Amino acid sequence: MVELKEEPQRLTAYLSGELDHHRVREIREAVDYVVQEQMPPVVILDFRRVTFMDSSGVGLIMGRSRVLSAYGGVLEIHNPSPQIRKVLRLSGADRLAVIRNYADRTGKEPEHDYAQ
Amino acid sequence: MITLNELKCSFPARSENESFARTMVCAFAAQLDPTVEELADLRTAVSEAVTNAVVHGYRGKENGIITVTVRLLPNRVVYVRIADKGCGIADIEQAMTPLYSSAPAEERAGLGFTVMQSFTDTLSVRSSVGAGTVITMRKRLQNADEISAGRS
Repeated sequence: MVELKEEPQRLTAYLSGELDHHRVREIREAVDYVVQEQMPPVVILDFRRVTFMDSSGVGLIMGRSRVLSAYGGVLEIHNPSPQIRKVLRLSGADRLAVIRNYADRTGKEPEHDYAQ
Repeated sequence: MITLNELKCSFPARSENESFARTMVCAFAAQLDPTVEELADLRTAVSEAVTNAVVHGYRGKENGIITVTVRLLPNRVVYVRIADKGCGIADIEQAMTPLYSSAPAEERAGLGFTVMQSFTDTLSVRSSVGAGTVITMRKRLQNADEISAGRS
């Protein structure tokens, strides 16, 4: 569902499965719990294991962008699939966050190791 | 209108069923051998329509019934109809305005109709307050010649 990795300067949320209205609430609560407590300068939402996202995911991104901008934090979106990129582009959410692609979505990528 | 194949399914307006509904429509449309992107577009558009019925049509009342009809029409057209008997939409134009949401507190992006419009070829919304809403979408899938022409 969501796995959080806390480092000194950043929080990474590894999301997985299908990101729809049914699923976003628990992700929002888990991420906001840490964000509000620690105010990490960088928050990364990693989508490599997300197989589907609709506009509910856009709501999640818009909301986190608002929470972070209140204290000057930066939001990053990592490894979105082509379907997710299309939804991000259409919604303009790609302007609210830095989008990066590291993983090939099937294998590992060096910077973050999902298993840890 | 000639219908080549049809599926009709009703289910309660529970948020767990959003995933089921979009998967069901795509599984049925797979008979036409759509591209990965066409299937992703259809899946996303259906997800938005069903989520609207759950969140806005029935406002979380889980005993409301959503009926999804999928028809495969000639010329590789997929027709999807999503109907609810919920509260209806008073101002359809306002509801369809990008970024407008009647439920901003729930962090709805207000992009459901925008996604439906962008990811299908035609979208129609019929609604009456107190009676419910019917969304119909059509998407024409490319044939093999168009796909290979697009690639070259």
